Amino acid sequence: MLAYVVRRIAYGVVVVAGVLLLLFVLFFAVTDPNDIARRALGDKVPPDVIEQWKANHGYDKPLWPWQAADNLLFDHFRRMVTFDFGRSDADDAPIVDRIRRGIGPSLVLSVPMFAAGLLLGVVLALFVAFFRETYIDAAGVFVCVLAMSISILLYIIGAQYVVAKLLHWFPISGFDPAPDVVARFLAMPVLVGVLTGFGGDVRFYRTVFVEETSRDYVRTARAKGCGEGRIMLWHVLKNGMIPILTRVVLAIPFLFTGSLLLESFFGIPGLGSITVDAINGNDFSTLRTMVFIFSLLFVVGQIAVDVSYSLVDPRVRLE
Amino acid sequence: METWVVSNIVVAVLVAGAVWSGVYVRRSEMWAQAARELWRRSPVALLVVSLYVGIALVDSVSWIGGDGVGEDTVALHEARSPIDRLFADFREESYSAPLAAVTFSGETPLLHPGTHLFGTDLLGRDILHQVLKGARIALLIGGVTSLLAIPLALFFGVSAGYFGGRTDDAVFFLMSVLSSIPSLLLLIVLVMVMDKSTLSVCIALAVTSWVGFCRISRGETLKLRELEYVQAARALGIGPVRIMYRHILPNLMHLVVITFVLMFSGLVLSEVILSWLGIGVDGSWGRMIDQARDELSRDPIVWWNLSAAGAALFGLLLAVNFVGDAVRDILDPRTLRENL
Amino acid sequence: MTAVLEVEGLTTRFPFSGRRVPIVDDVTLSVGRGQVLALVGESGCGKSMTALSILRLVPKPGSVDGVVRLDGREIQSLPVSEMRQIRGHEIAMIFQEPMTSLNPVTTVGAQVVEAIRLHEKVRKPEARGRARDLFGQVGIPDPEARLDAYPHQLSGGLKQRVMIAMALSTRPKVLIADEPSTALDVTIQAQLLELLRQIQRDTGMAILLITHDLGVVNELSDHVAVMYAGRIIEEGTREEVLGSARHPYTTGLLRSIPALAPRGEKLAEIPGVVPSPDQWPEGCRFAPRCARAFDPCPERVPRPSGLSDSHRVCCHAVAEELAG
Repeated sequence: MLAYVVRRIAYGVVVVAGVLLLLFVLFFAVTDPNDIARRALGDKVPPDVIEQWKANHGYDKPLWPWQAADNLLFDHFRRMVTFDFGRSDADDAPIVDRIRRGIGPSLVLSVPMFAAGLLLGVVLALFVAFFRETYIDAAGVFVCVLAMSISILLYIIGAQYVVAKLLHWFPISGFDPAPDVVARFLAMPVLVGVLTGFGGDVRFYRTVFVEETSRDYVRTARAKGCGEGRIMLWHVLKNGMIPILTRVVLAIPFLFTGSLLLESFFGIPGLGSITVDAINGNDFSTLRTMVFIFSLLFVVGQIAVDVSYSLVDPRVRLE
Repeated sequence: METWVVSNIVVAVLVAGAVWSGVYVRRSEMWAQAARELWRRSPVALLVVSLYVGIALVDSVSWIGGDGVGEDTVALHEARSPIDRLFADFREESYSAPLAAVTFSGETPLLHPGTHLFGTDLLGRDILHQVLKGARIALLIGGVTSLLAIPLALFFGVSAGYFGGRTDDAVFFLMSVLSSIPSLLLLIVLVMVMDKSTLSVCIALAVTSWVGFCRISRGETLKLRELEYVQAARALGIGPVRIMYRHILPNLMHLVVITFVLMFSGLVLSEVILSWLGIGVDGSWGRMIDQARDELSRDPIVWWNLSAAGAALFGLLLAVNFVGDAVRDILDPRTLRENL
Repeated sequence: MTAVLEVEGLTTRFPFSGRRVPIVDDVTLSVGRGQVLALVGESGCGKSMTALSILRLVPKPGSVDGVVRLDGREIQSLPVSEMRQIRGHEIAMIFQEPMTSLNPVTTVGAQVVEAIRLHEKVRKPEARGRARDLFGQVGIPDPEARLDAYPHQLSGGLKQRVMIAMALSTRPKVLIADEPSTALDVTIQAQLLELLRQIQRDTGMAILLITHDLGVVNELSDHVAVMYAGRIIEEGTREEVLGSARHPYTTGLLRSIPALAPRGEKLAEIPGVVPSPDQWPEGCRFAPRCARAFDPCPERVPRPSGLSDSHRVCCHAVAEELAG
């Protein structure tokens, strides 16, 4: 067990190093630092200002280790690994502070969204799977495909227009962390987030459950006099949780990142908004940092999935 | 070479390819039966998809000059498709509501009163025209990306599965790295560091979407490699390339078809998000939706361009999703369920 | 002999290329109290489906007709909730695949406890105590520790013993055993059959034993019913069927088994294979493979002809012999 976890973490470290290398290639080798500077400062800046800006951001070093001992590649790795992310290309603000401020709003949005989505998804899927091969099942799958065919953009625009602008139920966008009003600002993004996810989720969970109901142990349970409801909630749910767990645990890292589009559209100042601002403002250093953090969380999540298998599935022995 | 010439050649190649696959499907018992079953299951969805494909193909054929040039002098030197020709000289000054007789902002009579089925946009362009042209962009994004991603995934997946060892380790590592970066972010970063063109969007989409199918084809190859007839072929001294080509690839074809259909809607949806971030493809429905977003705050609101683009997008994705479900159920009841 | 389980005209249909084909066709059986009835046939002949039909566990889209009596009470049209009280309580069933028939993510003890508590109002510790006793009774070594084992930690033989313990947990009147030993090693098979025989002696429970193995039939059964392509074609006591079989299919089957075939003769084989259900012939379903087939065989379904009080054969050739 311990040996497995250690080896799994070691592989995770190697993967993160791979991600860092890929980011370096994309952000420094493919994109010229001069280009980054020009995007941040504008096209008509004199060369010495660009050199000065590059020096300030540490972009003036040579790229590769074989060019100089003090190079951008090592610098990039050192900074990312030590969480010394430096300053934003766009406004020179320290990136770490910005991230620290963003985590809270992101979690406030995504934890309820995640919990509601998971609960709704599993309950609906169990319901539909219980009525498998009937019209209820067919209608359920139809609605899922319908929901999957709508772009998140349309969900957001629809919600903002109908719920907020016409009905005035909730503010169109904005955020206030005060406990008594925060729910008003979160209601719509949570609703939209659950709506966009539920089609695919319910369909996936349903497939898992329906497949479980055809297994031999379900026949055994029926033969010993178990009712269909109990079969669903005890036998099938317990077995179905194994594939569902994979999907769910892999989604947990995204709790921190929230949803890029939701945060940005609904004006919630979380990590997703920071990322979108960085994209819009050509702020490469912030974007690079965000990609790294998301990947790091994802790798940690994957290790968590592998280890948690052994908790849910007694057949899995970590070796 | 001019883009319109390339486009015409591509259409010719596609039509030839479609005819060839039609003949092939008719000859092969398994595929012919699958095609009949598909038609039996979802005829409406298939017809809708064919309609979109038809529009896209017609819109991809273009030439310079010819009829309907009229007063538009620019059109004399521009390659235009039959659809462009149909809508030539069909502009207004500015917004007009669907089938309206006067402009939206005032009471000025329109040049073509009561004929703009979906109204016109800020620049007076006909919305129906733009929506029809969007079909080509959507299919181009889905098609070109799949054409890039699937061979890539097959190449890496099959070689990793067949050779194992170091090759497998390397491919597996590459897949791990790519799948560790949230795909939307990687997509955005790729588009940002490349120049903004339709092709780079497709390349970026291909890079972020080949990993899933690579994993599947690697797994299938691992299974196929152990089968008796492949072992027998190896024992006879047949080379790996020939074995992969003759015995492994044909057994992956059904997965290729399923993946192609299932991948499609995800690709088109991703482009919509890119459009919203300002790095999408010109003329796509995503771009239309993004541009129409702000018009909702006008009073009275301009709703028709958003609804038209949204409906066109929804219609295509719904039909493709239904076809995808049917294709998966017919060709493969198990392998892909938990992977896609 | 009083019958504890009687089946009359049991017919189970499944849609097959557009038609509803009877996979189980007009099957009539009766299991006496304390008796073992063996239902024998090749795979695909409908024996397992017969068992599932009795308990109304036929998967969709199958449909079941016919009468099933338990102690004289008709149970085929009981509401689902009452049927559930019969399953596992009065009629228990064990399956061919011990590997997959137990829930993989629950301990085997919990699964036996569940079987007890579904039918009797007992507290968990008490049910657990009973489960442990049952484990001892079916010969599971170290029962206390095995209660907390997961199925994958047990061997196939032990898993089947757990299945038997589960089936015995509520002292059912009838045990349906569907190929209980087929998936196991030969030595384990023998032990398991010995266990079944011993349990049957101790509890006086009736057993409907489904098997394709005539050796098992010979060892365990009192009565035998032979099934071919969805129909019972010969039935009688063990001695009658194994010793003086009359149906050409049964005799062919017996002659193909080394231990039962007459010594010194070459082992026979029945030509051809069992046809798939949508290709079953009209009259006698064995006719295309039968050496004794004559005019009426492909046209009319043979009626049972009685050779003794218990021995009945469905064969035109035998009927003609008896008449002439």
